[in-house]
Amino acid sequence: MTHSNDPRGASRRDFFKISASAAAVAPVVASTALHAQPEQKPDPFAPVEVDLVVNGQRRRMALDARTTLLDALRRHAGLTGAKKGCDHGQCGACTVHVGGKRTLSCLTLAVMVREPVTTIEGLAATDGALHPMQQAFIDHDAFQCGYCTPGQIMSAVACVKEGHAGSADEIREYMSGNLCRCAAYPHIVTAIQQAKTQMEG
Amino acid sequence: MYAFSYHQPKTVRQAASLLAKNEDGKILAGGQTLLPTMKQRLAAPPALIDLGKVEGLSGIELKGRSLVIGATTKHVQVATSEIVKQAIPGLAEMAGMIGDPAVRNRGTIGGSVANNDPAADYPAACLALGATIITNTRKIPAEQFFTGLFETALEPGEVIVKISFPIVSKAAYAKFRNPASRYAMVGVFVAKRGSDIRVAVTGAGSNGVFRATALEEALKKRFSPKSLEGVSVSADGLNGDIHASPEYRAHLIGVMAKRAVTAAIGK
Repeated sequence: MTHSNDPRGASRRDFFKISASAAAVAPVVASTALHAQPEQKPDPFAPVEVDLVVNGQRRRMALDARTTLLDALRRHAGLTGAKKGCDHGQCGACTVHVGGKRTLSCLTLAVMVREPVTTIEGLAATDGALHPMQQAFIDHDAFQCGYCTPGQIMSAVACVKEGHAGSADEIREYMSGNLCRCAAYPHIVTAIQQAKTQMEG
Repeated sequence: MYAFSYHQPKTVRQAASLLAKNEDGKILAGGQTLLPTMKQRLAAPPALIDLGKVEGLSGIELKGRSLVIGATTKHVQVATSEIVKQAIPGLAEMAGMIGDPAVRNRGTIGGSVANNDPAADYPAACLALGATIITNTRKIPAEQFFTGLFETALEPGEVIVKISFPIVSKAAYAKFRNPASRYAMVGVFVAKRGSDIRVAVTGAGSNGVFRATALEEALKKRFSPKSLEGVSVSADGLNGDIHASPEYRAHLIGVMAKRAVTAAIGK
């Protein structure tokens, strides 16, 4: 986190003050939200406060409640690594880590997220050295068009950390949520096997 | 997705009151079914009541001879819990077969049970194990809970708090899954507690989960896959779609039941 004080305790005014100065904020603050009467029915179009930690960096935004984590990352935080494939939780191209667990960012509302998020942009070391999984995907040509690759890599890292990369069959089962329409599957399995030895060694 | 008002209650009582106040509002737990359904505009709830900040709804514990699982406990927690693996290993295995790993990381038991998808796995486990669905107002036996396609006995303003599974001597689940969606084309959960044997079938019935009484009677003579040989299941009332005809599903029920009994005996 870049700020030490807890934002969730901050007042609404503070929130919008900080929001207005943050680079990644969408200009969606409706005046009705600030002056709403408590008796009124909640306005479904009023922005909600979204407070994310993405790749170690705090991102505070005021967004339409419908905004998925994927859209918050891509449109509002400028992180376009996670890809929008089907947008229905079937393809896995949008896979990111939430609290270290692989999560479909298209099936998660940004406002629901309360744990730190890691995207493909946050996987490499700060000196730019690639994560062993990224290097393994390059070494083994584990992609063709590359569109599914960020999701594949995020899922693959979790697959190894969960202890589900014991055999090729196990890898295939536990990578089943990530589709590759170029069908680079055999190379993806080989890449994961290589990265596993490095991640565990 | 249509707009909705978003609510974050901190207690079950607040959640229930918001649900009662907002007609057609929906509870949001893991969102793995509700959100894609809303994106497809098959559902357009005017209000979402997110249980994410409600404390005490997630967790797994043994209470006497029952395994009690909190409503917002995620599938991955049930699949990997040592408590579940020891008490009802078939239930842990079933949870590990739901969807894919990312879905299991967010999807919840309460959400699955409340949604009552006719091809979901948990309804079969609840019915076969004789579970009790505990809400903020009452206790509902599984037998009375699942009332039809996506229909349950839940009243407006009623929130599932936990689900209690009696610990049985033998139980297992066998699933013939659609290779793309991982939903059950046919899933059979078999449970044996003393002389009480229950066989629950999901994915096949055109009215949702049901008990296969003919198979139960056959297994009462002897709890063995051999008892099921020659017992045919009628295709009447079964689903037919692009994935399988009613006749094929009827055949699969017998095959999956045998596999489930074999697995249950081996535990």
